[in-house]
Amino acid sequence: MSSSSSLSSSLSSSLPASLHLAVALDGAGWHPAAWREPEARPGELFTAAYWSGLVIEAERGLVDFVTIEDGLGLQSSYFTEPDGRTDRVRGRLDALLIAARVAPLTRHIGIVPTVVATHTEPFHISKAIATLDYVSTGRAGLRVQVTARHNEAAHFGRRTFPPVRIKGVEQSADPVVRELTTELFDEATDYVEVVRRLWDSWEDDAEIRDAATGRFIDRDKLHYIDFQGRHFSVKGPSITPRPPQGQPIVSALAHEHSTGAPFRLVGSSLDVGYVTPYDADHARAVVAAVRAEQRAAGRADEVVHLFGDLVVLLDDDPAKAAARRDRLDELAGEPYTSDAPIFTGTPVQLADLLQELRAAGLPGFRLRPAVVAHDLPQITRGLVPELQRRGAFRTAYEADTLRGLLGLPRPANRYAAAAAATA
Amino acid sequence: MSKPLKQIHLAAHFPGVNNTTVWSDPEAGSHIEFSSFAHFARTAERAKFDFLFLAEGLRLREQGGKLYDLDVVGRPDTFTVLSALAAVTERLGLTGTINSTFNEPYEVARQFASLDHLSGGRAAWNVVTSWDAFTGENFRRGGFLPQEERYSRAKEFLATAIELLDSWHGDEIVADRHSGTFLRDAKAGAFVHQGHHFDIEGQFNVPRSPQGRPVIFQAGDSDEGREFAAADADAIFSRHSTLREGQAFYADVKGHLAKHGRTHDQLLILPAATFVLGDTDAEAHERAREVRRQQVSGATAIKHLEFVWNRDLSAYDPDGPVPDIDPDLGEHTVARGRAQVRMYRDPLAVAREWRELAAANNWSIRDLVIETGNRQSFVGTPATVAETIDHFVQADAADGFILVPHITPGGLDVFADTVVPLLQERGVFRTEYEGTTLRDHLGLAHPDTGAPSGRAAS
Repeated sequence: MSSSSSLSSSLSSSLPASLHLAVALDGAGWHPAAWREPEARPGELFTAAYWSGLVIEAERGLVDFVTIEDGLGLQSSYFTEPDGRTDRVRGRLDALLIAARVAPLTRHIGIVPTVVATHTEPFHISKAIATLDYVSTGRAGLRVQVTARHNEAAHFGRRTFPPVRIKGVEQSADPVVRELTTELFDEATDYVEVVRRLWDSWEDDAEIRDAATGRFIDRDKLHYIDFQGRHFSVKGPSITPRPPQGQPIVSALAHEHSTGAPFRLVGSSLDVGYVTPYDADHARAVVAAVRAEQRAAGRADEVVHLFGDLVVLLDDDPAKAAARRDRLDELAGEPYTSDAPIFTGTPVQLADLLQELRAAGLPGFRLRPAVVAHDLPQITRGLVPELQRRGAFRTAYEADTLRGLLGLPRPANRYAAAAAATA
Repeated sequence: MSKPLKQIHLAAHFPGVNNTTVWSDPEAGSHIEFSSFAHFARTAERAKFDFLFLAEGLRLREQGGKLYDLDVVGRPDTFTVLSALAAVTERLGLTGTINSTFNEPYEVARQFASLDHLSGGRAAWNVVTSWDAFTGENFRRGGFLPQEERYSRAKEFLATAIELLDSWHGDEIVADRHSGTFLRDAKAGAFVHQGHHFDIEGQFNVPRSPQGRPVIFQAGDSDEGREFAAADADAIFSRHSTLREGQAFYADVKGHLAKHGRTHDQLLILPAATFVLGDTDAEAHERAREVRRQQVSGATAIKHLEFVWNRDLSAYDPDGPVPDIDPDLGEHTVARGRAQVRMYRDPLAVAREWRELAAANNWSIRDLVIETGNRQSFVGTPATVAETIDHFVQADAADGFILVPHITPGGLDVFADTVVPLLQERGVFRTEYEGTTLRDHLGLAHPDTGAPSGRAAS
């Protein structure tokens, strides 16, 4: 994974018509009745074979990366508390460990596990993602998430949240909710800052193995990060050398919120933001809002990719897709709703929509298969060939690293740059 | 007339962040790239080893206020490497050292449960503690724990993690698509733990894993550590690799088991061991001497003396005599982030003993450090080493060994190709894996059934 290959790939993948695709993996799929479909394998959800099969299928479709959902409590249909349901998939494996387990079985696809910033240690996560980058030779990223769930806080017993009940991601006028949202996202911003500084805390050529002087490292090329924040202070350096990509991809799902906190996180700190606009005009407004945050953070000249999130139900015939959705809803006992738009139709219709949204400023999409056993192959064997026919998607992987696939150069080390400036 | 032959357990310790590892050798490869770990693990699995072992350290070591630069520095994340290794091996156990101080039980329990699922029942946890403020500077918790609470917190951490792992029993997931019942019980994984160190409740979110719980290792020599192991651990990672010390430790720890209602075969004693092989015993001893000189340069020798003296000794000549000044008995400030500093509980006595040893043998500082710290456990031809290992195990100095090669990643290759076949010929080491889980390899019962875990299924 040389940096030169990343650089050349950034040129080829930035063709204006070409778009990026990610697939969001979560259990049997995003529809709550997904596990009851005939193709589903609900008894295998906790096996390595299940997850490696999905990621290998996604790689077959040349998608840029997969994300893997996670959480520090049982899944729930409610936003802030458990739902006590037994008719839906409950229980999951740690996303980072799944990512590491599938990495050696794949060669090109990016692997992006979810990490909950609210209750975990940035030091541990920084070295874990760096290690995922080594294990995958340059294909790691992370998706950072926050949680206000009281039950999850009680699993750790170290903090409590005000007793608010949030129904969804919609805007809230409740000042307690607003303050909590801002606090959690500000903490996530600090968290990402620490993770990123730790990745840079070793310069690329810090390991010298100089037999003449007996020195394994040049310690002037290792750096304390000396981060001090409201929720944690971290000294550094990392115990793990700088990962192959320098900076693995950092991403988050960001909804419109009256506090502006989610978009501020994307604009100030991330490489990829997943957004949920309901049409092309809305997409333009969301892009403008995030770009404003990017400018406010002094990152106007940096690439921040905004991916549209869509739940997808795909069949060759639109009526068939609609009927499948009805059947799933009936099994679930209620119509499926989501924070993201739900697309029901054919791969050709979806390709039309993605190109329309692409023109509105979204360079990529994270597709959430409603039923992974059905809709993931529909993406890789239906949507992808359709986009390729239109010249809108790669026909072979053009880079060895995730940054390369996303057209991002390998970044300079902040500490090396600082040392050079003061030398 | 004699008791049946004990079967030997063997494990492979990935070369670590200390001066045992010779990084200057032309054969020495990366200690970070995954290809090194994959090579090492595949060698261990080819040789039918019980498991691979990873150590951990959560802050880079410092000496004299600067990052220590003479040994290998840096390592990858333990869980991430082990989970990736599960993809390139099929039977080898995967043991990770994970700190109980700078983690939370809910997170560690779900990481080990996940690793056990993703490896098909091959996970093990070496539980360690470190409470120092130096390491704590990298974590939310910081380093606040008084030393006397160290084992009580570790004990409660482990107990809590086991409560979480045991909160699922294995029959909760029905996944009946016709009735629409996924979970048998909405309260799956429910737990409440109210203790001195942890006050947590809720529902654990990883279903029961193949081994039920990971195999539990304990490392450490203190009285509390031995008691902790006798009560809770499946295996001890110890340092006593000489016959007599090993036998004494073995007898002591196994003697503690009865009062915890446990039998001798429920706790394995697996010391760390180093080795050097040669075509003749004489050649092996000559090579071992060279390796020790590589491991302990003059500069390294001075730094190691500082662990005891707690002073800057950089003005001393490593080829000269041991310092005649006494150690500084104040708080240890010279070397930070090192467990072995705590081994020297009475620095004055150690310094006195070392001066006498050096004088009696006419040793320089470097000679002294080599002779007191870096003697290899097993040196000789493959036949000599196989015979010695077998003797140690049959004589109850150990149940097997965790081998620590000095070269990354190929340092196990020759052992696998030459010593292991001889142990197999002696009938004391497996020629094929009999089960699929690490509990099977170690002869440990599954916590739910009391029977070896993988046998019923295979």
